[in-house]
Amino acid sequence: MADVFERVKDIIVEQLGVEPEDVKPEASFVDDLGADSLDIVELVMALEETFDLQIPDEDAEKIHKVGEAVQYVLDHQ
Amino acid sequence: MAVETIRAGIVGIGTYAPERILTNFDLTKTLETSDEWIFSRSGIRERRIAADHEATSDLAVIACQRALEDAGVLPEEVDLIITATNTPDMLFPATACLVQDRLGATQAGAFDLLAGCTGFIYGGVVGAQFISAGTAKTVLVVGAETMSRVINWRDRNTCVLFGDGAGAVVMRQVPHDRGILSSMLGSDGSGGKFLDMPAGGSRLPSSSETIAQELNYLRMNGREVFKFAVRAMENGAVEVLRRAGLTNDDVDFLVPHQANIRIIEYAAKKMKLPMERVAVNVDRYGNTSTASVPLALEEAIKGGKIKDGDNVVLIGFGAGLTWAGLLIKWYDAKSRGRRE
Repeated sequence: MADVFERVKDIIVEQLGVEPEDVKPEASFVDDLGADSLDIVELVMALEETFDLQIPDEDAEKIHKVGEAVQYVLDHQ
Repeated sequence: MAVETIRAGIVGIGTYAPERILTNFDLTKTLETSDEWIFSRSGIRERRIAADHEATSDLAVIACQRALEDAGVLPEEVDLIITATNTPDMLFPATACLVQDRLGATQAGAFDLLAGCTGFIYGGVVGAQFISAGTAKTVLVVGAETMSRVINWRDRNTCVLFGDGAGAVVMRQVPHDRGILSSMLGSDGSGGKFLDMPAGGSRLPSSSETIAQELNYLRMNGREVFKFAVRAMENGAVEVLRRAGLTNDDVDFLVPHQANIRIIEYAAKKMKLPMERVAVNVDRYGNTSTASVPLALEEAIKGGKIKDGDNVVLIGFGAGLTWAGLLIKWYDAKSRGRRE
């Protein structure tokens, strides 16, 4: 869990150019981390490639917060 | 290989962008949007819109005339015209035949090629085969679009992205150490539904119902197309380089389809290619579909960014879904003295 969180955090920091300390499980990508719709698509792609996943559009639309992204990876690995 | 192949290359280029400029600010007068919203998501500031009297063939003819002039080739010398377009003047006859007539290319065969925004690259790959096979000496490939006629001007997610334009190249045999080194064509029809215009064909002929339901317009699933496009762009480039025995480090200049700066930047980053070596003009033209690669290519040539002997990669991706690439060892006839 901790390992997945750290790896997801690294991706978010890299993709969104945010500070690591702002990437908390309850942080919203749009409201707290300043992501737009394409940033989220790019994040989803980076998650797919890092964790060797296929994240369908309907699932991706439900990922709004950092913790939800981590949970998705944990559930589908 | 023992047999010396005929190397096809680009020996002339010409483009045409309609005069009328539509800025993001202009769009805010009729749409709930903003310059900042459009620019941050697409990199587009403005696009060109064809005049009311201009159809796709009108744009194509001007681009072709300029390309022929640039190459020093007469219309009667053209053996084949390939017109890549998603917005033909009409369903038939082929726009290529309208162009052939207007150019006075009396000795040419002519056909349209439909491969979404990838059409120009597909056309270049096809044209090169005719030259390498010795069945044509001079091929004219033109990408021309009036996207403004098929986009839904009430859909702010799509209408802000597209523009009109045309670009053409003349292809001929070039010296054996120049020209097209490799190419690739890709398709994935399972993703066709992500970018389409559902009505107006045999599946769903145009009717008052299809008009009312807005099915005669371009529709796009932006998220799916974005994901596809980034991966297609990288795959196309990697594949043409692999086929020529080269790597990303060997790329002197990349001319990608100009759909969205975010796609271009993301793919360039993944390829570890600095943006100084990537053509970008989406800010001024938007996505002109099949016209985007020749428009960006000509700008790069005129701007001195592409020199004789450079490894130039052209990449397209679009509806179909399709993607394709061309790797060209650039041949600049003018810097080497006029060939016969």
